Amino acid sequence: MAPLQPPRRKDPLKRTPLPLLPPGQRSRAAHHLTAAAAEGRFALPRCAACGTFHFPVREACPDCLSARIEMVEAPEGATVLSQTTAEVPADNYFRERAPWRVGLVKMDAGPTALVHLHPEGIAGSRVRLVLMLDRAEQAVLYAGPEQKGADPMTDPQWREMTADPLHRRVLITDARSFAAPALVKALVEAGAREVRLGLPEAWKPFAAGKLTALPGVSVVPLDLGSERSVADHARDYGGKTEIVINTADHMRPGGALGGSITATRDAMEAVVFGPMRLAQALAPAMIGRGADGPTGAAAWVNLLSVHALAPSPALAGWSAAQAAALAWSHSLRADLAQGGVKLLNLFCGPTDSDWFQTWPQPRVGGSAVATAAVSGLKRGLEEMFVGDVAKDIQARLAANPKAVEREMRQG
Amino acid sequence: MARRGYEDVVLTVPVTVPYQRYSVESTAWWAGRALAALAAGAGMSHRDFDGFSFASFSAAPDSAIGLTQHFGLSPRFLDFVPLGGVAGVVSLRRAARAVQMGDADVVACVAAETNGVHTFRYGLENFSRFSQDAVYPYGAGGPNVSFALICQNYMAQTGATREDFGKLCVAMRDNALKNPNALMKKPLTLAQYLDARAIAPPIHLFDCVMPCAGAEAFLVMREETAKAQGLPYAHLLGSIERHNAFAEDPVQMRGGWAKDMPELYAMAGTTPAGIDVVNTYDDYPFVCMMQFEDLGFCKKGEASDFVQAHDFTIAGDFPHNTCGGQLSAGQAGCGGGHMGIVEVLRQVTGQAGPTQVSGAKRGLASGFGMINFDRGLGSGAVILGGEGA
Repeated sequence: MAPLQPPRRKDPLKRTPLPLLPPGQRSRAAHHLTAAAAEGRFALPRCAACGTFHFPVREACPDCLSARIEMVEAPEGATVLSQTTAEVPADNYFRERAPWRVGLVKMDAGPTALVHLHPEGIAGSRVRLVLMLDRAEQAVLYAGPEQKGADPMTDPQWREMTADPLHRRVLITDARSFAAPALVKALVEAGAREVRLGLPEAWKPFAAGKLTALPGVSVVPLDLGSERSVADHARDYGGKTEIVINTADHMRPGGALGGSITATRDAMEAVVFGPMRLAQALAPAMIGRGADGPTGAAAWVNLLSVHALAPSPALAGWSAAQAAALAWSHSLRADLAQGGVKLLNLFCGPTDSDWFQTWPQPRVGGSAVATAAVSGLKRGLEEMFVGDVAKDIQARLAANPKAVEREMRQG
Repeated sequence: MARRGYEDVVLTVPVTVPYQRYSVESTAWWAGRALAALAAGAGMSHRDFDGFSFASFSAAPDSAIGLTQHFGLSPRFLDFVPLGGVAGVVSLRRAARAVQMGDADVVACVAAETNGVHTFRYGLENFSRFSQDAVYPYGAGGPNVSFALICQNYMAQTGATREDFGKLCVAMRDNALKNPNALMKKPLTLAQYLDARAIAPPIHLFDCVMPCAGAEAFLVMREETAKAQGLPYAHLLGSIERHNAFAEDPVQMRGGWAKDMPELYAMAGTTPAGIDVVNTYDDYPFVCMMQFEDLGFCKKGEASDFVQAHDFTIAGDFPHNTCGGQLSAGQAGCGGGHMGIVEVLRQVTGQAGPTQVSGAKRGLASGFGMINFDRGLGSGAVILGGEGA
């Protein structure tokens, strides 16, 4: 299949198609797959008693009837048994996108499954399975080429389930973020059509340096704290933004009793109210353009701290603001979902921002954030843990959240 | 343990409430027409039916029990079998044992389905949990895509061709033209079949049934009751039923019939050669071919040769789906599973009128249903014997 071409200028006389979504109803148990897909893991249900993988997700093992079903990382390989192309699907979402390729595969893990099948997959061929979040943000199986690193981006079915920056216009909300330079470079390399850096308090000095020399990169004034600034931006760029990367932050140390209430309020303003203001102005247009061709509106990315999940007593006010930002992001995700627009949260450990200057290594640099963001967009993920500290806390939280709470006292 | 036969249990009063592509009436309306036709046909009041076995996908929020009050029935045997294409066989088997053991005297077996403009879509969306979790999200809502995947593999494994499917479809259309109740009224040629537009290759337009509203029904009673009422009747000579058979087959190549077929003929005291008329479950013609194999009319993988060697019209050497099948008469939801039984009952009791196969005394009707995930789960078959035309 031919690589995706840059979009042509839109025909102003044509109505932008309203976003339709694939069927989104799932059983509660099926959301174990959603959880894996959100993080880009390939996990399948397996009986804890007899070790047999099965699919679809069941409430009891069909081999031994044990109710102890666990989600386990599973081999990704599979062999295509049969394939077809739905020319006239009953469902409107698929009808609009037909022909749509599906296949029946025998997984190396054992079970048979129906899959979204890449264009070259035919009976007998080997495929590699990925658990993806489709446009309804529910887990589905995609069978791509077997060789690792093969680029499925030419497959429109894959593109439907991802938010690749290729040919898309991206807003980075805070040009002054430590991660902004690396994000710009990574997005340009990934083929973004435009990268806009929002510059708060434009009267303060800002050295854009070589960034604006890159193709499609510009700096525009944007104060998320200002109703007017956000409205101005939305008016100019509302219909021209396909990806938002929210890098706004305001980290100030301080404990629950000794910390500054003003600093906490400022943090809430920066990481909750500011993005909320921007989303209310910009997101409705994105939702409306969720099906605006192969480069329609795709995703909102939040740069968050892992302390949103595990507060640090030394960063009490800021952790609370991060937790608020996380809680609010889930509601924003629900609203964006109406247009099939994804929301990706990047949970970072201590970063290279100035305010973490005295914190021990390893810290998260801009390039790690940029690599994660672009990779997460290309894979259509919802949650990523960036850096060793964040991954460590993620693993410990899964094992025992209470232990994490106690251990956070030591920093 | 050898299965006990059905002895003096008989089927009478074949009823088809003529199908409509779409209906503004409710499912209960269609069930009511079927019950009225059964009562009229039997020459008794519907209040004399002390058993009621009901099959439907579209009766919600009612099940069989609500309908007893709706229709003024007071049964002592009540059954609800929303089992799609295998509902007819399941319903008949249970009713027959109830009558044989005296738990009921006259059981009305009714499949009724309405079809509004959106009924089919609602049905798809709420069909089953596996379908909701692992089929519908792939654009495979409705059976076409799922059966295309099974059909593609069947063709690759057995060498069956679209010409084979076409021959069956053309014969069924020929038969349907003799059935005044069939929805399809125009002749179909093999060329038209082959040139039809693709739905999900290898499934093309004329491989697909047309969902419709309709009802199918019959009565199960003891022979003495049928004689007393002066009703033509057929004996239930043999039956099989099996669900989720051969789960180990990666793609469905056979149904449960393959497991139980010897028992079916042994119970009926006959062989495939002793069957005069056959009605297979025909949601897709390759499924008919699978049944020819699994029900012993030819060996596994040889249905293509079998199809080419026989004539499947009413006057042919292998009269098959004599009412036109679901492919040409219409698929009234769960009624599709009763259709074959009702048609075979007509045939072996000499009541088939324009679709009558002369001299048909023993007929086989099979059912197949519920594509829950990657395969049809339910399969069953019955052999009926009567005096013939």
